[in-house]
Amino acid sequence: MKCKKCGEKALLNMRHHNMALCKEHFIEWVPEQTARFIKKYWMFGPDEKVLVAVSGGKDSLSLWDILVRLGYQADGLYLGLGIDGGINYSHESQRLTEKFAQERNLRLHVVDIEKEYGYSIPVLAEISHRGHGRPCAVCGLAKRHEMNRIARDLGYDVLATGHNLDDEAAVLFGNTLQWYPEYLLRQGPVLDAADGLARKVKPLCRFYEREMTAYALARGIEYIYEECPFAEGSQQIFYKESLNQLENARPGTKLTFYLKFLEAKRSGELFVAKDADRKGLHACTQCGQATSAPGLCSFCRMLEKVKLDSQ
Amino acid sequence: MPVKLVLRNKEFEVKSGMALLDALKKCNIIPESVIATRDGEILTEDEILRDGDVIKLIAVISGG
Repeated sequence: MKCKKCGEKALLNMRHHNMALCKEHFIEWVPEQTARFIKKYWMFGPDEKVLVAVSGGKDSLSLWDILVRLGYQADGLYLGLGIDGGINYSHESQRLTEKFAQERNLRLHVVDIEKEYGYSIPVLAEISHRGHGRPCAVCGLAKRHEMNRIARDLGYDVLATGHNLDDEAAVLFGNTLQWYPEYLLRQGPVLDAADGLARKVKPLCRFYEREMTAYALARGIEYIYEECPFAEGSQQIFYKESLNQLENARPGTKLTFYLKFLEAKRSGELFVAKDADRKGLHACTQCGQATSAPGLCSFCRMLEKVKLDSQ
Repeated sequence: MPVKLVLRNKEFEVKSGMALLDALKKCNIIPESVIATRDGEILTEDEILRDGDVIKLIAVISGG
């Protein structure tokens, strides 16, 4: 397979874009696209201070790498969650994040939840009895709280997270299956600042998870490959796998699902019943049945066309 | 010599001469969910697998 830009051996084929790129062009294309999304969704300007929430995973470290390459003032925030799971998970992810920052001479803030509040995430989950035996709900809650607090306390203009398209599509899929209008209406590439809340942005929201993995590998970013021990069998992973089945059969499904949702939300028509009371309908001039436009209904128009064509 | 595909702690074997895409399908692995590498180099799905190849499959899905 050849690179669409130079004809050299391709690194990655992106079927949803009908495009394969070599290593050199792929690692140029990712920041170019990120810069485009930052502008398109009005995420932040060149003079704003960005705090990147980094977990030691491929997406957040890649996001930090991309923002720095694009010349943004981007510092990192690592939250120590105190998750061990027999694989030293938090310790290892912190080590890789610190290594990343040191090698590039970047500023990293490290906040340890246990030191700050007296309990690690698994202990908080156990004591609070939240999350049906899994600490994921407590973890999400604590991360959102702390990321917002630190971004505001330290005077950052915006908080950036490494959510990719697969993350966004999986959340959208879950919220659609459950029909949660309040969550659906809140989802998007930007959550504007409000009283007490920092602006939150997701510059990678249009990149497939596979593309972000390829980017991290191509850039030589050392990330934590092991999954969070509590994520195994999670609903989000199940949704991602289900969406990948669809994507495999119909390339572009995930991207279309997300972009069409954003379009519907922006138009203001999501959850607004259109012509619910059947107002604005007209009687077909031929058969008399209701139709949305004046004149012939679609069925009569089709019959007219068939008659004309068969003459 | 067969080709070995390694995904986390699982191993699969396929015949050499097969394209990567066909090998993944044969092992019931969704191509969208992995990046395949040989000696650290990323492979596209049309790559023909050679005798004795050890293909490391990197899972791309994360979350919780």
